[in-house]
Order: sequence, then C-alpha cells, then structure tokens
Amino acid sequence: MSEQPAADDTNPGQDRTGPMLDVSDLAVSFGGQSVVSGVDFSVDRGSLVGLVGPNGAGKTTVLRTIKGTLDPDIGTVRVDGEPIHRKSAKAVSRLVASTPQGTALSFDFSVRQTVEMGRTPHLGRFDRMDEADRRAVETAMERASVTQFADRPFTSLSGGERQRVLLARALAQETPVLLLDEPTASLDINHAVRTLELVRALVDDGKTAVAAIHDLNLAARYCDELVLLAGGGIRAAGRPADVLTSDTLGDAFDAETLVTTQPGTDAPLVTPLPEQESVARRVHVVGTGKPAAAAVSKLVGAGCRVSIGVVPAGDMAAERAADLDCEAVTVPAFAGIDDPARQHAVDLASAADAVVVAGETGDGNSTVLEAGNARLAVETDESAPASNARDTVPLTALPAAVASLPSAEERDATRLPAQSTTD
Amino acid sequence: MRFAGRTVGWSVGLVAVLCAVVTTSAGIGPVWIPPGVVGKVLLNAVVVPTGISVSGPAVDVTTAHVFSYAVSDLQTQIVMQVRLPRILLGAVVGFSLAAAGTIMQGIFRNPMADPSIIGVSSGAAVGAVGFIVAPVVIPFGLGLRGAAFVGALVAAFGVYLIATRNGRTPVATLLLAGVAIQTFLGAVVSFLLLHSGESIRRALYWLMGHLKGASWPEVTSSVVLVAIPFVVLLAYARDLNVMLLGEEDAQSLGIEVERTKRVLLALSAVITAAGVAVAGIVGFVGLIVPHVMRLLVGPDHRILLPTAALAGASFLVATDTLARSGSAEVPVGIVTAVLGAPFFLYLLRKREVHEL
Repeated sequence: MSEQPAADDTNPGQDRTGPMLDVSDLAVSFGGQSVVSGVDFSVDRGSLVGLVGPNGAGKTTVLRTIKGTLDPDIGTVRVDGEPIHRKSAKAVSRLVASTPQGTALSFDFSVRQTVEMGRTPHLGRFDRMDEADRRAVETAMERASVTQFADRPFTSLSGGERQRVLLARALAQETPVLLLDEPTASLDINHAVRTLELVRALVDDGKTAVAAIHDLNLAARYCDELVLLAGGGIRAAGRPADVLTSDTLGDAFDAETLVTTQPGTDAPLVTPLPEQESVARRVHVVGTGKPAAAAVSKLVGAGCRVSIGVVPAGDMAAERAADLDCEAVTVPAFAGIDDPARQHAVDLASAADAVVVAGETGDGNSTVLEAGNARLAVETDESAPASNARDTVPLTALPAAVASLPSAEERDATRLPAQSTTD
Repeated sequence: MRFAGRTVGWSVGLVAVLCAVVTTSAGIGPVWIPPGVVGKVLLNAVVVPTGISVSGPAVDVTTAHVFSYAVSDLQTQIVMQVRLPRILLGAVVGFSLAAAGTIMQGIFRNPMADPSIIGVSSGAAVGAVGFIVAPVVIPFGLGLRGAAFVGALVAAFGVYLIATRNGRTPVATLLLAGVAIQTFLGAVVSFLLLHSGESIRRALYWLMGHLKGASWPEVTSSVVLVAIPFVVLLAYARDLNVMLLGEEDAQSLGIEVERTKRVLLALSAVITAAGVAVAGIVGFVGLIVPHVMRLLVGPDHRILLPTAALAGASFLVATDTLARSGSAEVPVGIVTAVLGAPFFLYLLRKREVHEL
C-alpha cells in the first residue's frame, strides 16, 4: 500500500510508475443495500494482496467491482492509472483477468478449449487464433500444469484441477492484473499450497494479483500485504503481521484468536479459540519447552495475564511468551539462574493468583515455586512433574482449574495474618 | 487448422446428406420418380449467368442452362412445381428451427431450451389462428403467414421487455416470463378456437404444423429471412461459447453480455418466426437436433451451429416425406413429435442430464 514507484523491469513496455491497481474510496451496494464503503487501497506492481475477512464482508463484491462486473456507487478503480469503469468489457478484459470460485460450465468443453477462451479479449469477431495466441495458450497451460490433461473434458476434472484450468484460462488473457476469488476454497491442504505457490511465482515474475482468501494463515504466508474487510469497510490493511493481530481479528470476526508466528517464517499464525468465559487471572508459569509454551498459549487464549520464569533465553516457552507479549524472566542459556532473575520471578509468582508448573522446571526454580501459594501442574507425556504441585490437570482443563482457585486478593484476605508473620 | 477442417468436413458431409434426402424425397409421392431422373431434372434447372446488360433502370441478366438431359415434361413439372417447393421449404424450416434451438440452448445454458421458449411459437399461433378465425382484425393486409410472423415477433419482444430491468435481462427471468406468456397466449388461442366455427379445421391444421401448399415465392422469402440472421449468428458463435461459462465469466473475458444476448435473442426469434410462420408449430426439431449434433461434434458453436442447422434441414425434409407419403397426409408436426419424443427419451435414459 506504499506509493513508492517500483523498479519495473518485469513489465517491459510499461514505463508508468505508481501502483498497478488503485482502488479509491469505493462504495458498492447491492439491491439498495450497501455492501462495502470507503474501500481504499492500492496494489504495487508485482505484489500479491490478500483480501481477508469474515463471510459476507464483501471480499467477492470488491473483486467483482475491480473487474467491472459491478458498478460502484462512488469511487474509482484504476488499473495502471486508467479508470476501468468507463471502458468496454473487452478493454477491461485485457487488463484484468480473474478466476471465479467455480464455474457453471455445463457443456463438455475440453481443457484446451476452456483455456483458449482466455484469448477472447485479444480476438476480433472474425479473427482466428494465430501462432501467438496458440503460444499463449500453451504457456498458460504449462504454467498452471494442466498440459497433461489438455484434451480431457473439463467436467471430468477434480476440484483442484478445475481451479488450475481456470487459472490457466486467466493466464491466457495475458493481463497485468490477476484477481483470484477463493483460489483455495474446496482444495485440500496440498493443492491449496501448490496453487498459492504458483500464484506467488506468477507474482514474483511480475503479475499484480489480488486474492480473496479464506484461510488467514495461507493468506499471511503468501501475500505481501493484506486488506482485512469487516463490517462494510476496511478494518486493517498492511503487512500480514500488522493486520492479523488478536485485536483486529477479535473485532472483525468476533472471535477469540491466538496469534503466534508460523514456523520458519515471520508470517503470523492465527489459531482460533473456542468461545469461552474469559479467565481474568494472573498466572505465573514455571517450566520450559513445549509443555510450558503450550500452557502459556492456553492461558493467554483464555484471557489470563501470564508471566513466565525463570527460563533460559531461546527456549521455546520464552519465545512463545515474547510472541504473546507476556513478561518472561530469562537468563542466558546454560548460565544458571542468578539472584536478580530469581528474585524477579519470585515477585511475579507471589503476586500471581496461581503458579502453573509445566514441563521441566530446573533446580534453580524451587524458590519460585515455593513463593506461589496456589500451585497447579500440567500433565505431560514425560514423568510426573514437580511433586510439590497441588493438582495435576490436563492442558485443556488448565484455564478452568485456574479459574476455580481463589484469586490473590481473596487469598490474601484470608491469609493476611499468616503472611505478615513470615515477612 | 485441424478445427476448421473438421467444421468443413462435417458441413460438406451434411450438405451431401441433405442433397441425397432432397433427391430421394422428390421422387416419392403418388407418382414414383427414380432418383436418377430427379437428379437429371434438378441438374436441368441449374443455370449460370452469362451476361449482364444494363439498359436504363432495368438490369438484364442473361442465363444459360448447363445441362439438358432428356426428361419428360410431366416429370419435370411434378418435381419442379409440385414437390420441390415443399421440400425446400421443409429444409429451410428445419434449418431455422435447429439453428434457433442451438442458440437458445446456449443462451439459457440449458439443454431443455427450444426455439419457442421465449414465446415465439405461441405468438405465431395467436397471429395465425386470429387471422383464420377473424381475418378482419388483422391490419396492413397481412396474409396468414405475415400475421403469424408478426405475432411471433411481438410475443418474443414482449417477453424480452417483461424480463428486462435496468438494461439487464437475467436468463432465469426470461425463461419464466416466456413460460407465463406461452400459457397466456395458449389461452387466447383456445378462446379463438372456441369461436372459430367453420374455420376450426383449418386453424387446428395450422397448429399441428404442416408444409402443404408451399410455393416458390414462400421459399424465396423464407430463405432470405433465415439466411441473413444465420450468417450473423455464425459470427457470434465464439461469443456464445464463452457465454456458456456463465455471464459473469463471459464478461470478464471481454464479452458485452447484455448486448450479445440481445443480438442472439433477436436473431433467433426472427429465424424461428420465419420458420413457424410458413410451417405452423413443428415441435421437437429445435430440441433434439441440436442435442444429437452436440453428442456428435461437441459443444463448440463454431461447428455445432452450422452442422445442427444442416441436420435439421435433412431431418424435416425426411419427416415431411413420411408425413405426405401415407394414404392420407398427416401434419408433419405429428411425425416429428412421434419420432422425436421416443428418441429424446432414449437419449435421456442413456445419458444423464447433469445440469438444467
């Protein structure tokens, strides 16, 4: 969504700069009912923007307006600086190609015939396909890897294969802009990833693409930028990590989500959580590795304020805590626990409503464990955790178990005399 | 190139079939004339222009006969004046109905669509029966066929107007409006028949569809009415292919969907009206012939449209020959329905109709 002129060596002959696709202040209504308004974004040359948002947010409506099927009430769509809504269908179809969610093809055209229809925008009424047209069709079929079933009837293909044929048809149009409406809907994870890898490769080769994508994690992984549509307008736009946050997602989808990082990338990973009573407790976690990381996620998802420590820096639990903005008391790996760190963790544990033990705690943490009054342990695959845990609960039951404990204030109210003597 | 070759191959083959059917049919009747003799008569009729002389406003084209086989005058008379006009008219009507049926099935993306789906036949029936029952109400001195032609176009245009809102004509609305108008006009026809008195027999005969009493001028005028729209339709064949993808896809592939639909509907209405006006209501040709040809040549309209039209011509000539060769002539509409319906049911059983 930046306006910086992109170095343009991927689209020779196009010496314009500025965004390839510019949607400004778009408002679209359908049968007198406003669907979206104030939609304003632009897409740089050679980048992939994902439209995400809940069902009915207007993703498809925005795409249909961009390709000229719907006329906007106000606002303009510009492709390469030219407003498209005053152009003929033919002129638009040379600029913008699109793949539909499905197709109503009810007569048995072959795959090749279907892809050849992508050349329609380039043919006059009395033209025949020439060598260049045929080459474009072959290239498009190769690119989308549908050449091997070129002569099979389209209706005999599986969902994933059909999607690729429709993509090939759009590629045969040889347009600078590509619109994809739910390209991965109804595809299994393998085909979904392969389809998006292909789209990504096309974009890296210079296409400008906008895709409505249902799966937030796939969108985050493959798109350069995301536009989150919700409530009839844009809720957030920008880099995936900036758009997909628990806050914006909570607003847009009315759902609790946990946002972490996808392994191996810096793309956000969104995990939806079942709707549950928020457990507004302060919890201190002692432990390391996967069990502790899982406990942190679970508790944050349930609405707890979580701290952790002492953990070695770089431990999975420490990283998860950092992802989720939890306070973590860390010491360098293999350095042993020093006194300031221990004291910090003890303070956190004693201020918490509950202390949760998850995974290996390490010897140096025994003081921290003792500082907390209400202790729970999380069941793990390995040997039974710290023996001084009061209760051992499965991970799924952890938030409920925390909620069942008295809060620190209630506890302090009953135990105040005892505490004052120990101080 | 391979594709163009296929179109030409099929078309040439079907033209040959049509010639054979016409020649055979011209020999069949109360007086049997062998195909060889019919062939000679037809060849004798072939003329080539030899010169043009322009004198003032008059243009004289001098022609010469190419062949002069020895054939009896009676046989020439029977073939050229009695049988051939009817046969050629049958060919034109079959051609028009099959072509219009192909177009309608494409526009509606529905294999059950036929040429009369937008009310053309019902409109023609009202025009024709109205003329037969009360000739006085038909203005402009239109004959029976003119009345039927005008009635057909008025009905089709009415259906189109009813289904159109804000410049868009959704095919589903068009289909339902067509059904409603057909029902309404059916009631009008019934009412007219009720008050037709003596002329009811003629009216019923028209409604059943027949080619009796065809004349050369009718052949000429219907050839013109069918040929010109058909050539334009051929130019739209690729657009119609793309329309099969659905209107939204078609638009994003650069087709002006509403304009294309208008052109296709108007032209196929004219073609159907031209056929129905001369032959009455001949059912099933426009439904099954496109179907059968789609099974044979595939769904591409660039090859389907010409082949279906040619096959329709042969089909109607053949069925009309059956209709008139019995001891008492029956309307050809009965023959096409009797042959067409069972064949269509056979197709239905053999190949499921996947989508409607």
